[in-house]
Amino acid sequence: MSEYNFAYLDEQTKRMIRRAILKGLAIPGYQVPFASREMPMPYGWGTGGVQVSAAALTPDDTLKVIDQGADDTTNAVSIRKFFQRTAGVATTEETEQASIIQTRHRIPEATLREDQILVYQVPIPEPLRFLEPRETETRKMHSLEEYGLMHVKLYEDISQHGQIATSYAYPVKVEGRYVMDPSPIPKFDNPKLEMAAIQLFGAGREQRIYAVPPYTQVVSLDFEDYPFEPTKADHACDLCAAADSYLDEVIMDDAGGRMFVCSDTDYCRSRRAAGHVGRLGTEAPLSTGPEAA
Amino acid sequence: MTARTTAQADIYAGGFADPAVASAHAFRAALDVMARPGTWRSLTGAQAPTGLSEAAATLLLTLCDPDTGVYLARDIDSAALRGWLTFHTGAPLVPAAEADFAIGGWDALMPLDQFRIGSSEYPDRSATLVVEIPAQSAPNVTLTGPGIKDSARLHLPDIAALQRNAMLYPLGVDLFFTTGAQVAALPRSSQITAEG
Amino acid sequence: MYVAVKGGERAIDNAHAWLAEERRGDTSVAELSLAQIREQLKLAVNRVMAEGSLFDPDLAALAIKQSRGDLIEAIFLIRAYRTTLPRFGHSHPVETADMACDRRVSATFKDVPGGQVLGPTFDYTHRLLDFKLAAEGDLPEAPTAAPRQEPTPHVTSFLRGEDIIQTEPHSDAAPKDITREPVAFPADRATRLQTLTRGDEGFLLGMAYSTQRGYARNHAFVGELRIGTVAVEMEIPELGFAIEIGEIELTECETVNQFKGSKTEPPQFTRGYGLVFGQTERKAIAMALVDRALRWRELGEDNVGAAAQDEEFVLSHCDNIQATGFLEHIKLPHYVDFQSELELVRKLRREAETSTAQEAAE
Repeated sequence: MSEYNFAYLDEQTKRMIRRAILKGLAIPGYQVPFASREMPMPYGWGTGGVQVSAAALTPDDTLKVIDQGADDTTNAVSIRKFFQRTAGVATTEETEQASIIQTRHRIPEATLREDQILVYQVPIPEPLRFLEPRETETRKMHSLEEYGLMHVKLYEDISQHGQIATSYAYPVKVEGRYVMDPSPIPKFDNPKLEMAAIQLFGAGREQRIYAVPPYTQVVSLDFEDYPFEPTKADHACDLCAAADSYLDEVIMDDAGGRMFVCSDTDYCRSRRAAGHVGRLGTEAPLSTGPEAA
Repeated sequence: MTARTTAQADIYAGGFADPAVASAHAFRAALDVMARPGTWRSLTGAQAPTGLSEAAATLLLTLCDPDTGVYLARDIDSAALRGWLTFHTGAPLVPAAEADFAIGGWDALMPLDQFRIGSSEYPDRSATLVVEIPAQSAPNVTLTGPGIKDSARLHLPDIAALQRNAMLYPLGVDLFFTTGAQVAALPRSSQITAEG
Repeated sequence: MYVAVKGGERAIDNAHAWLAEERRGDTSVAELSLAQIREQLKLAVNRVMAEGSLFDPDLAALAIKQSRGDLIEAIFLIRAYRTTLPRFGHSHPVETADMACDRRVSATFKDVPGGQVLGPTFDYTHRLLDFKLAAEGDLPEAPTAAPRQEPTPHVTSFLRGEDIIQTEPHSDAAPKDITREPVAFPADRATRLQTLTRGDEGFLLGMAYSTQRGYARNHAFVGELRIGTVAVEMEIPELGFAIEIGEIELTECETVNQFKGSKTEPPQFTRGYGLVFGQTERKAIAMALVDRALRWRELGEDNVGAAAQDEEFVLSHCDNIQATGFLEHIKLPHYVDFQSELELVRKLRREAETSTAQEAAE
């Protein structure tokens, strides 16, 4: 770790990112341009989140990294290892224990606290990008608060499909001003965006940072007669029986057998540790793998 | 030792003992107060030669560098402080209208409208004020808005001026208040109601 | 009983070990040295330096070895290393008119002061596989001539004398640095050129080719292409004057483009400009063509809607490190968002089936 500065980035880069984060917090939902650096992992693999985490970490932090809700997905493992090596910080898989959580595509199920920071990896920070590819145009729309295009798109969904056909990266309006992309979290997670923790969003390739301070009003866009609806698979977790968590669908065999399990691996583990047992589950193992049921 | 060399020694002293770690801790305090308007946090690590609180000095070393223009208001401006800031941060000193960061007492910093408030396409291109206050006075306003659960309270030096700043949202300046080793913040997003 | 896939860390370690083994290949074959790559795969080294934005042939050779010859991967390694380097200052602008040229050709004049120098070019080689290279052996020495001592003036300077080529505005203002400031649109020419010079060679080649085929055709002639070394000078504040800190090899291309004139400008020639690290002439020519196409606004030309005229399109997509990262990231798990789509499509189908059934019943 002596080859590189604490948390990899040089101090000037960190200052630049820190200034962007502070402006982001002062203008919730507005995308602050920043001179994203090349990181030792590819663009699109969390470089924005990694830069934000690197600028926010102190040696006293305990870091948790999740991808798709899980701590053990390969890219989460890789990012966690990066910070262990370059910042020497403690890491954890327990949401409860973490002071900074870097995430891709999920908000943890457990309610986050005031002393926690949630850092999102963001691929395309511009919520209007798929309606208007030009930055010059979308920047103008944000400045004029001209979000008609987004409403038209959602309305076209309704006329064509009978409902809003956006299931993840569902756009939100922050504090009544900026329309924001919450990153590709399932819309099931949208209601959690109003939370006690600080939320920071980093898009490395697109060179944008944005933020949502605690308790900020975050409203999922909808229509009076077609209200926003957070959805998930209509099952309980087959391992821990949770009925309130977002589920991954797992194909079990060639005959199309399926099971549903919590995408948040720590939530599932802690529930099993507390004695909750799902349709196909046994109690959580402490050190050895579970016996075949 | 002549007076001149003493002053020069002051310029070189007072930096972070361990810059990466000290600035990381300092930034977290700054992050926390900007995310939670009206909340006070301790902010330590740097000592400016004269007339600047530890919190303000720490904030400057944490956020300023050759890429940021700094404006020193007349009440705190001194050769020693300029030398210290230049040596430790390399930040260029600029007039108020060009400043990324402006430091001083409230009266010396005024008028508020001389600072950059950003543009409608780039509201982030605005100044951040570091306002030195003598002490944490009894709150005179109630704050609501992003970062605030129900409401927060703070003492503001000029309620009307800062209410006008909030009216500019999403444009406007953002402020830190510093005294001793304590810091609080008031982003442009906070709504301000005078108490009493 | 279902056991979730675990052991990501061990899988990663094993993959890395396997990769290292594959990189070395058959151990009965001698291992490549960096010097061999640097000397014998020099054009690959040049491309890695150019698109990596770091002039260091040894590091580029290392990156090529480490990346098993995948040049975009090598460029990525260099970029990631480059970004960790402290920044001491900036050089004076290099003076390419003082270049010690290895190669210098003009397509616009049969002969010019300084002459036409072919240099080490593939241009007139017949593209026949040379099986002699398969066998190792000494090669005959190439003939040499005494190097030219005086500077070689730019071909466009002769056109300037006649006032028949557009004059570029002179500025001593410090250009923005795209590695330290995010690109904002509309971008000035300095920003565009910086982005193009580190842009992907293949992307620029395709863009430039499209202008030749009529998508914003701009009638380019290679006014001059020169390759050689220039001195790099830097002001040292402690010294108070500039000193030479080294030499770099550059390829410079100036195109001369026909211009019929506009409301404000008389008929004259205009320019496109390419400047790239190392001997990288395909890239430099392509850069000049794309630069010229992007100048439609300042020259008062029509935007015909061609891709090469669209600065946001070109500048946002020419960086191969950004492009490959985002392209390849779709390999990463997306089961959370896929699951939400799956549920949505199932729901839409259920509702469609229900309404079809209702219609049938009615």
